[in-house]
Amino acid sequence: MRTTRRTFVQAALAATAAAALPISLRAQESAPARRPIPSTREEIPIVGLGTWITFNVGGDPVLRDECAGVMAAFFEAGGRMIDSSPMYGSSQPVIGYGLQKLGRPSALFSAEKVWTSSAAAGPPQIEQSRRFWGVPKFDLVQVHNLLAWKAHLQMLFQMKAAGAVRYVGITTSEGRRHDLIEQIMRNEPIDFVQLSYNVVDREAEARLLPLASERGIAVIVNRPFRQGALTDRLKREPLPEWAREFGASTWAQLILKFILSHPAVTVAIPATSRVDHVRENLSAAAGPMPDLAMRQRISAHVKAL
Amino acid sequence: MSEWWTYRAEDFLLFSQRVYWRMFELHNAALWPLHVLTLATGLIIILLIAWRPRSSARWIALILAMLWIFVGWSFLWNRYATINWAAAYAAPAFVVEGVLLLVIGSLRDGLAFERRGLAGWTGYLILGFALAGQPLLAPLQGRGWATSEAFGIAPDPTVIATLGVLLLARGRLLPLLLPIPVLWCLLSGMTLSTMGEPQAWAPYAALALAAAGWIWTIVRRRGSPTS
Repeated sequence: MRTTRRTFVQAALAATAAAALPISLRAQESAPARRPIPSTREEIPIVGLGTWITFNVGGDPVLRDECAGVMAAFFEAGGRMIDSSPMYGSSQPVIGYGLQKLGRPSALFSAEKVWTSSAAAGPPQIEQSRRFWGVPKFDLVQVHNLLAWKAHLQMLFQMKAAGAVRYVGITTSEGRRHDLIEQIMRNEPIDFVQLSYNVVDREAEARLLPLASERGIAVIVNRPFRQGALTDRLKREPLPEWAREFGASTWAQLILKFILSHPAVTVAIPATSRVDHVRENLSAAAGPMPDLAMRQRISAHVKAL
Repeated sequence: MSEWWTYRAEDFLLFSQRVYWRMFELHNAALWPLHVLTLATGLIIILLIAWRPRSSARWIALILAMLWIFVGWSFLWNRYATINWAAAYAAPAFVVEGVLLLVIGSLRDGLAFERRGLAGWTGYLILGFALAGQPLLAPLQGRGWATSEAFGIAPDPTVIATLGVLLLARGRLLPLLLPIPVLWCLLSGMTLSTMGEPQAWAPYAALALAAAGWIWTIVRRRGSPTS
């Protein structure tokens, strides 16, 4: 669209009016930003929901309802991707319970994993996971921590070709096996790679994130808060005033915005069992993001603390 | 598992403290007032050891065997395994311990309770802690009675009590009864310390006391001129 003086003035007035709105109102109205999955260009909100530990509540009816409440708040705030694994104890049936309670939200982007050393046990495990979730098929299935990755990847590619799954991926966490991850990213037609990345664990920036951009692979970032340890450590420190320049009003939002502002990152999946935290996380996906200079400032500031 | 040295104990903890203690709360609520009966069986075990009536060893082994199998099934299999897949492997181990107690307890001279002295008193101390001390840890740590761990209902006091009983016993096949309680104490202690729970000392201390008792007994036996 050609910018004329009139359209420029209109846009400037709209921006001024938006800036004048109370922050909470703007947060409610602003949907989380989206990024395209490179292999299909399908757009997805950049903050998802992890379920490691937080959704493993067994048959406890009170805690199951709390998890369903977290899911409700997640979808209400515009979230889509929920990620789980057969390794996460009862998380899968708890997700299934929440989805059923919420009337099976159409926005759901289901991200699961296959986690078994036996190639033959892969398909029945995925089928069991699907039953737990109560979904017709998964959007994404990843090979968890590269366990029996060769056999499982071939099986997943066949499933994708048959239309039984939409995307295929691999996962690692806490910087493990990056050499092998790189090799698979170079040689296999995967859609997603999941890895740990945050303001203090930045190993992925060296090779994996640039390679993901180069190869057109979507990146899911797990453990953005180092399983809560990072936010626990930082909450004793005052949030720098300049964080508000790009809409971060808490440490969690600052950390998330640091991750999400990396151009290779597609989705970050913080796990939480609290409704206020899921809202806080989703609101970090809206509004301005730190630029390169600000990212360096965030990193230097956290390192100095 | 590759790069196993990069894993920490925290990486294997699948659940939060809140979920863990809520599990005991729900378990207690589901089984109450069975706790009264299991506590009574614990007191009966102490009386049987102290008075040593005929067939006492057989009855003690039978009571413990039933409680091990019950805890393995009701707590580990039906409840704990839903949040920790490792508990699905521990549950059969509890059944194995129960069967071993049944078999060894039914053998002639399989178990005998004649121990006296320091090791014997240590056995009573451990047994007493399992029955009366362990249930107090929850209210003492501010969690309230609802999450208490009771003998014959929860695994830790059942296992710790068994360590005390075994320290008071002697028998040719006694060593066969030790590995599963020892491993459970280590596993439970590691789980609790990974969660940052101060009461991790309980299974560790019970194990250390029992080990000290056994070592004392062995040293005394070797030093005895009649041995």
